[in-house]
Amino acid sequence: MRFYGGKAPVNKILMKGNEAFGEGAIRAGCRFFFGYPITPQSELPHYLAWRLPEVGGLYLQAESEIAAINMVYGAAAAGVRVMTSSSSPGISLMMEGISYIACAELPCVIVNIMRGGPGLGNIAPSQADYFQAVKGGGHGDYRLLVLAPASVQEVLDLVGLAFDLADKYRNPVMVVGDGILGQMMEAVELGPAPEVKLPPKPWATTGTAGRKTRNIINSLYIEPEELEKVNLRLQAKYRQMAEEEKRWEDYRMEDAELVLAAFGMVARIAKAVVDRLRAEGIPAGLVRPITLYPFPDGAFERAAGKARAFLTVEMNAGQMVEDVRLAVCGRRPVYFYGRTGGMLTTVAEVAARAREIWEGLK
Amino acid sequence: MLEEVLLAGFGGQGILSTGMLLAYAALAEGLHVAWIPSYGPEMRGGTANCGVTVSDAPISSPLVVEPTTLIAMNGPSLDRFEPAVKPGGLIIYNASLINRRPVRADVRALAVRANEIAEGIGNVQVAANVMLGAFLELTRVASLGKAGEALAKVLPPRRHHLIPANLRALEEGARIAREAGTKERMKAMNKVWGQNSEFRIQKPE
Amino acid sequence: MKDEGGRRKAAVSWRRTRGLTDTPFHYCPGCSHGVIHRLVAEVLDELGVLEKTVGICPVGCAVFAYNYFNCDMIEAAHGRAPAVATGVKRVLPDRVVFTYQGDGDLAAIGTAEIVHAAARSERFTTIFVNNAVYGMTGGQMAPTTLLGQKTTTTPAGREVSVAGFPLKVAELMATLDGAVYVARVSVHSPKHILQAKRAIREAFKVQLDGLGFALVEVLSACPTNWGLAPPDALRWVEEKMIPVYPLGKFKVPEEIS
Repeated sequence: MRFYGGKAPVNKILMKGNEAFGEGAIRAGCRFFFGYPITPQSELPHYLAWRLPEVGGLYLQAESEIAAINMVYGAAAAGVRVMTSSSSPGISLMMEGISYIACAELPCVIVNIMRGGPGLGNIAPSQADYFQAVKGGGHGDYRLLVLAPASVQEVLDLVGLAFDLADKYRNPVMVVGDGILGQMMEAVELGPAPEVKLPPKPWATTGTAGRKTRNIINSLYIEPEELEKVNLRLQAKYRQMAEEEKRWEDYRMEDAELVLAAFGMVARIAKAVVDRLRAEGIPAGLVRPITLYPFPDGAFERAAGKARAFLTVEMNAGQMVEDVRLAVCGRRPVYFYGRTGGMLTTVAEVAARAREIWEGLK
Repeated sequence: MLEEVLLAGFGGQGILSTGMLLAYAALAEGLHVAWIPSYGPEMRGGTANCGVTVSDAPISSPLVVEPTTLIAMNGPSLDRFEPAVKPGGLIIYNASLINRRPVRADVRALAVRANEIAEGIGNVQVAANVMLGAFLELTRVASLGKAGEALAKVLPPRRHHLIPANLRALEEGARIAREAGTKERMKAMNKVWGQNSEFRIQKPE
Repeated sequence: MKDEGGRRKAAVSWRRTRGLTDTPFHYCPGCSHGVIHRLVAEVLDELGVLEKTVGICPVGCAVFAYNYFNCDMIEAAHGRAPAVATGVKRVLPDRVVFTYQGDGDLAAIGTAEIVHAAARSERFTTIFVNNAVYGMTGGQMAPTTLLGQKTTTTPAGREVSVAGFPLKVAELMATLDGAVYVARVSVHSPKHILQAKRAIREAFKVQLDGLGFALVEVLSACPTNWGLAPPDALRWVEEKMIPVYPLGKFKVPEEIS
């Protein structure tokens, strides 16, 4: 939604998810965006193409996703907050660059508005890139911080957080949504733009002027001893993320015996399922991971105390369910329900599966 | 209160912006709103549609799968979505383009000759807002006043000269719903009293 | 010929340029990379821009160039240096940015990146080193390998029916409106080395004047992968490469000509 008349954004306005990704970036002090067109994330670049110049920033359309992520690499190396966005096939193309960025320890934010796959798939909503986002995707032992907003307001908030975390850890952060979150409009509270304090980046390659040593941004360590040291440093960083950055939402979990697990838009559907089940007298609850990496395994570990069974709901063939199973560690059965190819999980379908599981427990 | 409205029609009938107008009007009433353009397999088949959820509580699922109200702007939309409407729900259909009544007996239905009314106002593009006017009158999700004020947010500045026509469309739609409401009551009472009762209520002229 | 200090040039010709670090090159005997590195480094020093320069290295034999150029450096993925340079230059328009790329990097895997950076007329300078072979990976056919030239993947010589024709990068780039300076030079003789340095200096001048994208293709010897002694390799550049890749300035903006 364009702010007509060029006025500054005012409180409580309706905004599309894709636009909230863009506005969230601007409010976080991001002034550079490099991207390549792909559906269904188009409103994000459309928004930034007029909004960034308005705040003195740059929107540049690259010749491919490969070029876009490497422009991000260059801009991040030069020390600024920078973002790119794409949808599944485009993110696959970016994987090479993301691996380099992770090893070179550059901060940046990558948005993936996931669509149906594999292959060209379709442009319908999907969560089938979970593995790609949280398990690596590109080559080598690296991790992204992965955030999964479930509402337009949360998009705004988490994009800001994404930039902060990227700088804190010098690590690429991926924010994943799906076509529904990207396309839907909800009311958001914008408030006055926060004052952004960008951390100093003495490592940035900006020219040696005023510095005694050269800065080198690199991911090549030809000696195995050296590369292992780099990997150990990265792993220590990922452990710190796991200690400090796990985020999730518990919904009606106080006495939940049937625990649903879902992220992003599907978690909204799962909440409606929980309400429906509760109305029928089934003590259901929901754990919604907000960080997909690091995965909030503690929340599931704790839930396994009271829970009799888990049901993971995803718009894929079963990906996050593996992490739920790892967290629950065989203490309780973990079931899965999902639709693929851009088909949506509906409240009725999920509720039916949940009832079936509940009956089976009796 | 939870209203899940599905607006459906041809591309170009103003479905998406009318849905947005509803969302803005409800937002101005202090309600929670979510607006979603067509998604999933429904995207196919020549219908453009959007779902608007309005609630006094935070909205969990914003997907409109079982609408409480269907606003159908053309035949294919009524054919496709009539079966999905919640029992006890409402169907408002554009009788200018739809030459059948809804077959469901468990929903309320209102026919609005939206195209003719819009043409009478002087702009066929306001037809969807005639439908919205009727919807607001029947459900009171938001006042006509709030919808009128929201027009300036939904229409881009170059279309602001169309605000008066859109205001009239909302008012005309509301008027038809009011009159139909009278008719509905009439019909219901005639049923109770019997067609041949001397107390038979007459159609207002 | 005297330098700025009024000293005879011969007296200072062996001074290590400030543009290079003390790290010894890893290049094979007779390889032209060392000469080309030195020319680029001298030009950056002489233009007084070393402290505001960011260089982008390729993947290939020059992958370690960040150890040699005495300025801030970034190591890019194979072929992506022009995209990385775009990111840096767009963020820091007042810095001097260059990419240093070989023929596999620029003319095969990175063709899209270099063509589009040039088409956008990005304000950076590209040094393109053409030695008609993939060096680091073991002497495979490059896009610039000559017809009939033997490589480890064209053991009987490059044949048109199988591997098509050599890619003439300078000529190709010169067709792009955004590429405002395009030259091809060689470093197989002292005379040619001096010409090459002049072209490299012009290409950086173009950037400093904000005129647009500049590229210098440098023909380079690879004795190791060509299977020739260093002097023979230099002759091979002259006799075999230059007829296919003629030297000259393909495009020079009026402002500097």
